[in-house]
Amino acid sequence: MSPARHHPWLHRFAVLTAAAAWVVICFGGLVTSHGAGLAVPDWPNTYGYNLFFFPISKWVGGIFYEHTHRLVASGVGLLTTVLAIWLWRAESRAWLRWLGVAAFVGVVLQGVIGGLRVILLRDHLGVFHGALAQLFFVLVCGIALFTSRWWREQLPQTQKVEDRGGLRRLALLTTLLVFGQLLLGATMRHRHAGLAIPDFPAAYGRLWPGIDAASVARYNQQREESTAVNPIAGFDVVLQMAHRLGACFIALGVGLCSRVARHGLAPGHSLIRASSAWLVLVVLQFSLGAATVWTGKSADLATAHVAVGSLVLALGGLLTVSGFQLLQPPAIARNPTLSCELTPFRSDSPPAAASHRA
Amino acid sequence: MRRHHVLLSAIGLAACLPALSAADLTGKVVLKGTPKAELTIDMSADPKCGALHDKPVTTRHYVVDKDGGLANVLVFIKSGLAEKNFAAPSGTPVLDQVGCEYSPYVMGVQTHQKFKIKNSDPTLHNVHATPKPGSENKEFNMAQPVKDMTTEKSFPSPETAVRFKCDVHPWMFAYVGVFDHPFYAVTGKDGTFKISGLPKGKYTVEAYHVKTHGANPGVTQEITVDGDAKADFTIELK
Repeated sequence: MSPARHHPWLHRFAVLTAAAAWVVICFGGLVTSHGAGLAVPDWPNTYGYNLFFFPISKWVGGIFYEHTHRLVASGVGLLTTVLAIWLWRAESRAWLRWLGVAAFVGVVLQGVIGGLRVILLRDHLGVFHGALAQLFFVLVCGIALFTSRWWREQLPQTQKVEDRGGLRRLALLTTLLVFGQLLLGATMRHRHAGLAIPDFPAAYGRLWPGIDAASVARYNQQREESTAVNPIAGFDVVLQMAHRLGACFIALGVGLCSRVARHGLAPGHSLIRASSAWLVLVVLQFSLGAATVWTGKSADLATAHVAVGSLVLALGGLLTVSGFQLLQPPAIARNPTLSCELTPFRSDSPPAAASHRA
Repeated sequence: MRRHHVLLSAIGLAACLPALSAADLTGKVVLKGTPKAELTIDMSADPKCGALHDKPVTTRHYVVDKDGGLANVLVFIKSGLAEKNFAAPSGTPVLDQVGCEYSPYVMGVQTHQKFKIKNSDPTLHNVHATPKPGSENKEFNMAQPVKDMTTEKSFPSPETAVRFKCDVHPWMFAYVGVFDHPFYAVTGKDGTFKISGLPKGKYTVEAYHVKTHGANPGVTQEITVDGDAKADFTIELK
């Protein structure tokens, strides 16, 4: 194993892999937004052709989205494999080597689940595929962060600051909320019922729409659609309302994080910049959600909503992890005799339990 | 010998009696209310599809003639049949893919009756049948990449309307009604229908329109068949 040192090209490769993972999420979003998840009925082949030799002339309609998604995903699989091997061979931190292994397992699992979703015709596998994609993206973003010079060399030199506002827990809770919101969104999309509520911020002109049988029958009768969407059910309306409420709570959580960071940390602190960026992303995400409804679920806007959603989750994850490294609980600051150093993810040693010194 | 002839004649007459008493049920389905305008379909996702049409293609949610006759309504005997087991007919209806549209838009088959799904287009399609969740009819998704490719399928369980769709061309969808008896029809462009060979009896007849009724039952009517009968339906938009 090579001695502890920063590997700039390994870091750049990790960034490339994370960027590619985001691109494949975008392509996956396009697949679902265009209702093309089953446009290629077979897997791992494509209409009987080897995946890489399917003629471009046949990349028509929904096949274009599904087939390019498979091709890009294969590329991400290759990048992740190289990343995992490179980490294993070059990285001195054991926990990070194992994160590379986890990324490799994750991308293989993603491929298999995606294929099984097609073969077995199971929509719930599509939800799992979408959720796992988000977790995989956060993981490779984390690897990119942990292989950075900032994390390896600058962070250990940075003095921990007191977390007076509870930013660490707030960021963690909000990030978990974001993941829950993504699960809701994935469930909505994979019910293939189109836009369950056609207006915003009202819902069928009301604060809370009716979900009785007569109301739902009316929604279906009045809906205009040119594609084969499933009928709206009361459950779809409830899901959409839960998603809207979730967005409000997330906006509140991210706004609070930004406020706590600005009030509790010195100007220019990295966590202030990160939480501000998080707030900007959430405002963008909220706008994209509204625009998706206003445009009758435009495929491009719905896909952008998925793509930005994954960035919100990833940034929340990175902010949370960084927060736990840069901040310490207020009790330690008030009682220096109870200094308790937590040194996970900071040195070449394995994740350590807290070591107390008087 | 003469007694033998009389006996044979009597048996033959008895066998013909049900056929002689079978009646036609005819009628018309009209739409009350003004539906939203059909949407124009953008086929640019596959240039071969667009090239097959010289006029804009629209959705077919409400096909209504000038007299209000509503097409593509499934009209069928919902209850009242004395006989419960009907052999699947020998005919093989065809669900065709022509001009990147399903033809017909709505059709009916009997349980276990084989029907053909054909690709008459110079482009590839996938044929994705989506029965209701929990149905004994199984979902399937198969490729038809070649022109004139034909596949035979059948469904074992009655279901008012199994949706068929193409995920390559998302504007393509059609509905197949599956019945455990032969007494069903699909209304024509003028909204009229005819169900033949109906035995004498009292029946509940249902008229189901996919867009109007969706997951709910259609409109029903009680009729008595004793000779040719008539049943008209009005489907009202709320």
